[in-house]
Amino acid sequence: MRQRRIIPGVDPKLLIKDAARLMPDASRRSFLRGAASLGALTFLTGCDIIDGDTAEGVLRKVSEFNDGAQAAIFRRTKLAPTYPESAITRPFPFNGFYDEDDAPEVNGETYKLEVAGLVDNKKPWTLKELYTLPEVSQITRHICVEGWSAIGSWQGTPLSEFLQRVGADTRAKYVWFKCAEGYTNTIDMPTALHPQTQMTFKFANQILPRSYGFPMKIRIPTKLGFKNPKYVVAMEVTNTDKGGYWEDKGYNWFSGL
Amino acid sequence: MTAETITLSADATIHPRWVRVCHWINALAILVMIGSGWQIYNASPLFGFTFPRSVTLGGWLAGALLWHFAAMWVLVINGVVYVTLGILTGRFRRKLLPIRPSEVMADVKAALTFKLAHDDLSHYNAVQKLLYSGVILAGVVIVLSGLSIWKPVQFQELTALFGGYDTARYVHFFAMAAIVGFLIVHVALALIVPRSLRAMVTGR
Repeated sequence: MRQRRIIPGVDPKLLIKDAARLMPDASRRSFLRGAASLGALTFLTGCDIIDGDTAEGVLRKVSEFNDGAQAAIFRRTKLAPTYPESAITRPFPFNGFYDEDDAPEVNGETYKLEVAGLVDNKKPWTLKELYTLPEVSQITRHICVEGWSAIGSWQGTPLSEFLQRVGADTRAKYVWFKCAEGYTNTIDMPTALHPQTQMTFKFANQILPRSYGFPMKIRIPTKLGFKNPKYVVAMEVTNTDKGGYWEDKGYNWFSGL
Repeated sequence: MTAETITLSADATIHPRWVRVCHWINALAILVMIGSGWQIYNASPLFGFTFPRSVTLGGWLAGALLWHFAAMWVLVINGVVYVTLGILTGRFRRKLLPIRPSEVMADVKAALTFKLAHDDLSHYNAVQKLLYSGVILAGVVIVLSGLSIWKPVQFQELTALFGGYDTARYVHFFAMAAIVGFLIVHVALALIVPRSLRAMVTGR
């Protein structure tokens, strides 16, 4: 089952393994240190004038600058291209920093979405309540930070609509998400309010299967795949950037498309 | 007679300072872009091969992306300065044009039989004109296709121009391949004719 070829030329299992293999050490926050990473630069300059810490510091600053640049070109009215049903990638690939078999299993009966931070109503939401929210649909392209892409069909309620319902302070800077397996993600408020940013409960009009993030995924077609958290169990409207799983490991924070 | 030809006859400068500065900034930026780009490619290869780790930059995908999206500013800003000055000073028109197919054929033949003259470094033969114009064009394509991969929503019209996101990745790859191909020939010839390398450093 997991050996099936999901997108032409790409083995899904290898993709997952890739993410783990490409990262030298999961616990390592310093992602550039070491001869392997700077070898090519040493080769370029002919001497080791740039040490790891300096390079890393400069690159982090540029990445922050790039966050600003991306926020500046982001337009809330610019919609991600949509596709016909015939364009949907079937089967749609599973993505995660773990194997598909290790994906979290959330109990839909006892599930409650925690809502915290700068909101008027912090009442947790059961799945039954969430399913009564107005439903919109989108067929958009999921683009992975690794470069590959796949077109999927997602149904759910616009996040902006939900934020309005819970009386969120939309002047706040961020929305933070926490997932069942411990994955976290922070997005900027303009993206949270983008009309295509969706609290997703269905894939191709079927209740989200476990591998696609049951019971809830945040679908953001204006951001790279890793900024689309699955198995979301809590959200917080906040002015503090709490970072995220991959962002803390070195991926660009904004990661807009 | 243009200003530059007067300068040329006065102190025999082959490459004005702005050309040399742009050239070496570009050389560094392009090597960082290629090294990090290869590492990014390895995360999701388009073909049945990956680049050896020893020639990639960044250590892993995140590191490579940081290098790539930092060096891109240097590459683009420097490239815009170079192309603008190249057009405004008339250098492109004077040095790179016209490119006549018959001359290219003749010079290719001469080059392959090792009879191509390099006596006057300030004058480009037809093959050089073609390669230098071609690599500038590849540079424009690689920047635009890169932009369309980086921002396929915000710049979706550009992405569509390249045939969509997935196709733009191939365009970006082949533009890289063209530039690397150019680099191999370019560096080999600079080493064969060291005077040309000196001219790009000192200007003479």
